[in-house]
Amino acid sequence: MPDYSWPPMDKRRVMGKRISRVDGIAKASGKAKYNSDLNPNDLLYAVLLTSPHAHAKITAINTSEAEKMQGVTAVRVINGAGKEVQWVGHEVALVAATSETIARDAARLIKVEYQVMPHLVHEQDLSKASGRTRPAGEVTTGDPEKAFQEADAVSEGQYGIPVITHCCLEPHGCVISFDGRKATFFPSTQNVSGMNADLAKGIGIPVTDIHTHQDHMGGGFGSKFPTELWHIEAAQLSKASGGRPVKMFLDRRQELLIAGNRPSVFSKIKVAGTKDGTLTAWQSQTWATGGIGGGGLNADQMPYVFRNVANRKINHTAVSLNTGGSRAWRAPNNPQLSYITCCALDDLAAKLKMDALDFYLKNVNLTARPETYRYQLERGAEIINWRKLAHLRGEGGSGVMRRGLGIGVNMWGGLGHDSKCRATINSDGSVEVALGTQDLGVGCRTAVQQVAAESFGLPFESVKVLIGDNQLPVSGASGGSTTIGGVSVSTRKATLNAVNKLFEKVAPALGTEADKLEAVDGRIQVKGNPAKALTWKAACSKLGPDKIEEMGENVSRNAAREGLITQGAAGVQMADVSVDIETGVVKLNKLVAVQDCGLVVNPKMTESQIYGACIMSICGALMEERVADQMTGQVLNADMEFYKLAGIGDIGDIVVDLDLRPEMDKRGIIGIGEPCAIGGVAAIANAVANAIGARVDMVPVTPNRVLAAMGTIGKRSA
Amino acid sequence: MLSDVKDPTDTKQPQESPKKRKSPFSRRGFLQGLGVTSGVLTTGVLEQEAEAAATAGPVAGPGEVPITLTINGKPMKVSVEPRMTLLDTLRGKLDHTGAKRVCDRGTCGACTVILNGKVAYACTILAIDAQGKQIQTIEGLSSSGKPHPISQAFVNNDAQQCGYCTPGMVMAAKGLLDRNPHPTEEQVKKGMSGNLCRCGTYMGIRKAVVEASKGNVVARGVDHA
Repeated sequence: MPDYSWPPMDKRRVMGKRISRVDGIAKASGKAKYNSDLNPNDLLYAVLLTSPHAHAKITAINTSEAEKMQGVTAVRVINGAGKEVQWVGHEVALVAATSETIARDAARLIKVEYQVMPHLVHEQDLSKASGRTRPAGEVTTGDPEKAFQEADAVSEGQYGIPVITHCCLEPHGCVISFDGRKATFFPSTQNVSGMNADLAKGIGIPVTDIHTHQDHMGGGFGSKFPTELWHIEAAQLSKASGGRPVKMFLDRRQELLIAGNRPSVFSKIKVAGTKDGTLTAWQSQTWATGGIGGGGLNADQMPYVFRNVANRKINHTAVSLNTGGSRAWRAPNNPQLSYITCCALDDLAAKLKMDALDFYLKNVNLTARPETYRYQLERGAEIINWRKLAHLRGEGGSGVMRRGLGIGVNMWGGLGHDSKCRATINSDGSVEVALGTQDLGVGCRTAVQQVAAESFGLPFESVKVLIGDNQLPVSGASGGSTTIGGVSVSTRKATLNAVNKLFEKVAPALGTEADKLEAVDGRIQVKGNPAKALTWKAACSKLGPDKIEEMGENVSRNAAREGLITQGAAGVQMADVSVDIETGVVKLNKLVAVQDCGLVVNPKMTESQIYGACIMSICGALMEERVADQMTGQVLNADMEFYKLAGIGDIGDIVVDLDLRPEMDKRGIIGIGEPCAIGGVAAIANAVANAIGARVDMVPVTPNRVLAAMGTIGKRSA
Repeated sequence: MLSDVKDPTDTKQPQESPKKRKSPFSRRGFLQGLGVTSGVLTTGVLEQEAEAAATAGPVAGPGEVPITLTINGKPMKVSVEPRMTLLDTLRGKLDHTGAKRVCDRGTCGACTVILNGKVAYACTILAIDAQGKQIQTIEGLSSSGKPHPISQAFVNNDAQQCGYCTPGMVMAAKGLLDRNPHPTEEQVKKGMSGNLCRCGTYMGIRKAVVEASKGNVVARGVDHA
């Protein structure tokens, strides 16, 4: 068996290099075809009709006028008479027609009668949610009551983080053809290999009769794993229309209403500590919604990162709302936990009149990785110039512009998922690796090519990578920061297995044994002896009419033991903000992300991913909030004008510091798509509190909330 | 007009006479904005529109009408319903799918094209109104087969992740550099502020636009840091 371990840092020729993404030109020249770009012959367009009510019973539905309309080929009722719709945007019917405009007109002609029922779309005020709550976790450790009595300081606060949406730029949907026997499926997905079984079940054909393909996808962030109701219904429309392909993508409003969101968390938190800044007790009451099912939170994960505090009393309540359901959102629940924890700790530090950095350093022993967090806190402080710029809360001067600093922390798993790869060596020397994974824009395709080129001993450009198809070897869904680990291991093993077969083939010609050979710099040579070598091409020509095809596999549960990849990422974010206390406008000067990331396959794309995660945190801290109106049950900003995302001028400076020390590299590869999206919200919220001398009780920290926290204006009710 | 507001400080843009300007609140945009779930609201509006139409001279449609669009210098014949946007026409009828439909409301810039030398959101322009105008799309940037320097600079600086906003970003950068070949970083931020990215690629975009503005963009397969 080949030795799969990674070459030492200084021996890597392709891995670890800042290689530009291989599909970059295709994307930046508009040539990359996303599945929402497909225009096959005979294409039909499907338009979804959804509920205008937050809660209602459908008493009658009549599709006959829609069906009669010229150009309409099929209509499917998804929720008919007698069914309840539970949120605005709940699916009612789907229409297929020869053009999108006709399909939209036809959807308008569907007559639906609703019996409107009571709804709830707000969770911030728990007292108004009676009958809609359920207990969802309770933890007590130590003796919190005693600890609070004996503490030198106790701080109490309320911290809220609202529902936000994924707002993927490419909406959810697919192009699908289904003739009753076989289906060809072009979805926008994070899960090329894994969504076929549910589709097969939904349309009643064997899973082997589904072909799924995706070259590029326009953003998922955790919302694009499952087979959707719309996929299945679009397939049925195709079948009812003689197997013609149907394009079904949500419109922007639907995308924000029903394609997933991140659960809120509201909290009342009490924390206690000693004079020297040691955290001694944590008590929290939290509540959250993720739509009709309520919002879960792992109570035992609090206080986030600083979980080893001796005394804890935690209680969580899920609130059911008549709003679209939540989905995994980049590091599910972690940004919320980081936010409420770091804000509460920051408030305690302020109460103790202690510098926040000193407070965190004092308490790193309560984390699972004290040395890592200490290093990262000190490193971040150095980059942001903490010791020079820091001041105690509220001592930010007397001018109109108040500057402040803040800290947020993160942790994540990131162990590679199950993945299979097939490596092929052809007799003309060409090589290929194939796996049923997907590139969400994080550079998966490029990273796979780097790992393969490294292992074949060939130049980067000579490797062909096939991904994005369910007929390739099965690879896991891209979620949980598990992709880079999974595909790197399977690719490494498959390529080395193939190379090993080539060694066996050419060893006699070189007068040696297979295990004495190595593949380096485009040659097969006796280890350490370039004089006894065959060029790669000459070696492959010995395959004659044959080719080598070998598999490699990552089995997640064994992976950490094998040592190529690992889990457990940690990071610290620090923010530097200026707040205009007359207008309440927060300006982000700088956000620093220090991130533990193991062995990095491509630092250029890793940095990009962390920049992106930081920018998402800025959006979450300063802009993003799904706003719902209890009177009408409507979401008021299901669009991109009023659902605010940061633009290029809103983000200040961002500094990414990858922890590339050799001891980190030795740990192996870790996924980092998620951890760096966690701590920024808390860092910014704390920097604002530090600047203005008051705690804004929820994010996003909008101007009116800043002014309300400062007492300049009255608070708006929820 | 929404589709024109890219850089309010730019005085070099050719100005259309006020008479030619149309309301940004087109009937199509208004109806579409209401969404299919709000059908009950539209009846009264349609009646008013019908009355207005009856007194307003020749009417195109409502069925498809043949039009000619000048896209990347070439005349292209296409039949469209008068209510079809330039964006949907490009994407659905002419297979020019570089411009993306994201917000469909003139907010995000993913559909940015260049219309008579000015950047414009193709989702806020009706195809019939784009007749007689020079329409440049991202497909027209690299006609020689070689990537356009701006596209190349985006790749060099990893100014993209999922890439769905990227064609719009590249076109916005083209529009900016066409009228201001050497922007400062502040001007880059302002000039690119009509485009949104969800993956968060702005740091790379800033560098890419600056690199493109310096000319001589050379493909960089790997950074030698």
